[in-house]
Amino acid sequence: MKKVFESPKSLTKDPFTYCPGCHHGIAHRLVAEALDEFGVREKTIGVCPVGCSVFAYVFFDCDMICAAHGRAPAVATGIKRAKPDSIVFTYQGDGDLASIGTAEIVHTANRGENITVIFINNAIYGMTGGQMAPTTLVGQVTQTSPYGRDPKTMGYPIKVAEMLSTLKGVAYISRVALSKPAYILKAKKAIRKAFQSQIEGKGFSLVEILSTCPTNWGLSPIEANKWLEENMIPYYPLGEFKTPEEVS
Amino acid sequence: MEEKMLMKGNEAIGEAAIRAGCHFYFGYPITPQSELTAYMAKKLLKMKDAVFVQAESEIAAINMVYGAASTGVRAMTSSSSPGISLKQEGISYIACAELPCVIVNMQRGGPGLGSIQPGQADYFQATKGGGHGDYHLIVLAPSSVQELVDLTMDAFDLADKYTNPAMILGDGLIGQMMEAVEFKERKKINLPDKEGWTLTGCKGREKKYIVPFNLDPYEMEKLNLKIQEKYNKLKEKEVRYETVNLDNADLIIVAYGIVARIAKTVMSNAKKEGINIGLIRPITLFPFPEKIIAETSEKVNKFLVVEMSMGQMVEDVKLAVNGKAEVNFYGRVGGVIPTQSEILTEIKKYLK
Ligand SMILES: Cc1ncc(C[n+]2csc(CCOP(=O)(O)OP(=O)(O)O)c2C)c(N)n1
Ligand code: SF4
Ligand SMILES: [Mg+2]
Repeated sequence: MKKVFESPKSLTKDPFTYCPGCHHGIAHRLVAEALDEFGVREKTIGVCPVGCSVFAYVFFDCDMICAAHGRAPAVATGIKRAKPDSIVFTYQGDGDLASIGTAEIVHTANRGENITVIFINNAIYGMTGGQMAPTTLVGQVTQTSPYGRDPKTMGYPIKVAEMLSTLKGVAYISRVALSKPAYILKAKKAIRKAFQSQIEGKGFSLVEILSTCPTNWGLSPIEANKWLEENMIPYYPLGEFKTPEEVS
Repeated sequence: MEEKMLMKGNEAIGEAAIRAGCHFYFGYPITPQSELTAYMAKKLLKMKDAVFVQAESEIAAINMVYGAASTGVRAMTSSSSPGISLKQEGISYIACAELPCVIVNMQRGGPGLGSIQPGQADYFQATKGGGHGDYHLIVLAPSSVQELVDLTMDAFDLADKYTNPAMILGDGLIGQMMEAVEFKERKKINLPDKEGWTLTGCKGREKKYIVPFNLDPYEMEKLNLKIQEKYNKLKEKEVRYETVNLDNADLIIVAYGIVARIAKTVMSNAKKEGINIGLIRPITLFPFPEKIIAETSEKVNKFLVVEMSMGQMVEDVKLAVNGKAEVNFYGRVGGVIPTQSEILTEIKKYLK
C-alpha cells in the first residue's frame, strides 16, 4: 500500500503550538513539502520573523535564524550573498513585512535578491494580541482600531503583492489562500513556483498567503475561514501577479 | 611583503579589513566615513566571491551583517554617529546571537544630526552596550592611521576569538587624515573553529539555529551569564593602553584617539615650561584599562580627562581612581577639537 500522507522531512516532529484554526501550520507544511520535493532541505537556511511564527525555527527541520522585527529580508540578503548556493527563505507576518519592515522588503525585492519570501497576511498583529496591521481591512475592529479602521486617519490596507510586482527585480509574485482544499492545492503550486524560481536563479520571489487569526479576530476556526473568503479575498484578489515565463 | 603607502584613514580601514579577510561589506553613506564605503565598493565589486551592498539604511546594513556573519564569513559595516544609533537593535541581536563582526563608527558631533566635524560623544553608546540588554562590544580606539590599520585587523581576530561584535571607535578627523601606513605581515594566530555555530545548510548533520531570544527567563538568564563570562575574560586578557611619562608626573592626562595625540603635543609644550605631564591612552575602551589608572592614582594625585564630549570616559576614570586622586575634566563638543593651548591653560588651573 502506498503511503499518501506523511509528515514532510523538512518539518520536525514537534507539534505546532499555533492556535486551533490558525493557518500558520498549513503554510509551514506547504513550505516544508516544497523543500522536500526539490530536495533542497539540506542546503536551506530559513529566516523567521518576530511575530507568532518566531517559533518557525522549532518546526522547520533545516538551518534557521531569527531576525529582528521586519528585518528578515536584510538578514536573508546577508546569508544568500555569503552563501549563494544555499536556498534562503524568509517567513514573515504582515506587521513584520508590511509595516516595520517595509523598507527591507521593497529594497530586497528591488535588488532582485534571489530569495523566497513567504508572506502571511492575516490582517492583524497576532502575537501582540490583535492590533491593527497595515493590511487590516477598512472598518475592521482591532485593539488599536476599536471603532474600525478609518482610512481617513489610518490609511487603506496595503496590497503587498500588487505593490511589489511593479518592481523590475522581482521574478515571481502570487497571492493565495488556505481556507479550503482547492485553495491549498493552488497555494502549494505557488510556493513551489517561488522556490523553483530561486533554484533557477531567477531572482526575488514572494507568495502572499491570506491567513486566519481566529484568536484575534474573535471567531471560531470555521467562521474565520468564512470571514477570510467573504472579506479578504474580495479586497486581496488571488492569483499570480508576476511570473518569469519559464516558471509559469 | 611590507609596503608603506600614504592613505586616508577611512580608506586604510577598508584596505585593512580586506587584507584581514573581510570580503563582505554592507553600508550606507554618511559623512565623515563615506570614503570607507566607497573604497569597499571599488575593491569588493571587482573581487571574486566578495560582496558589497549599499543597503537601503543602516538598519538593513547591520542586519545584512547579521545574516552574513551567521554563515561564518568575516563581515563588516561602517557608519557615523546617527547611523550607528540606527544599528543598535541589530547590534544587540548580534551580541546575543554571539556572532563575530566588525562595526566602524567614525564619530561626529552630536546629538541629533549634530555636525559633520569630529566628536567623541558616542563613548557611552559604544562602551556600555548601546542597544538594549546587557552586552558589550569590544571597543578599539585608534589614534593614528597606522593604528586604524592594525586595530581593524585585530578587531576581526578579537571578534572571532570571542564570537562578539567589535567596534572601531574613531572620529571624523582620524578618518579624513592622510598618513603613511604599513601593512605588516601578521603572525598567524589560532582562532576558534567556527564550525560549531555556522549556518551552512544541514547536510550530513542535525539542523542548527540561531535565535537571540528565549522566553524562559531562567534560560535567558543563563545566556546572559554565559555572555558575561566572555566580558570577564576580555577584561582579564585583552586590555590595551599606552602610557607616557607616568613616573614623576605632576598631572596625568587620560585621553583616547585623536585627543591623545593632541595631549602629546601638550606634554612637550608643558615640559618647556617646567610642567611634567603624564599620559594614559586607553586603546581598548572596552575592556577599559582600569588597573593602570588605579595604580597610577596611587602615585599621582591629579588627573585631567580630555574628551570631545561633555564628559563620558571621565566616569570610567573616576570609577578606576575610586577617590584616590583628583579627577578633572575638559571637553569640547559638537565637532569642536580642543586645542593644545587651551588644554595647557586648563592644566595650569589645577597645578596652581
Ligand atoms: C522592534 C520591535 N517592535 C515591536 C515588537 C513587538 N511585536 C512583536 S510581534 C509584533 C507584530 C507581529 O504581527 P505580524 O507580523 O502580523 O505577525 P503575526 O503574529 O500576525 O503572525 C510586534 C509589534 C518587537 N518584537 N520588536
Ligand atoms: S494569535 Fe493568531 S496568528 Fe497567532 S497563532 Fe494564534 S491564531 Fe495564529
Ligand atoms: Mg499578522
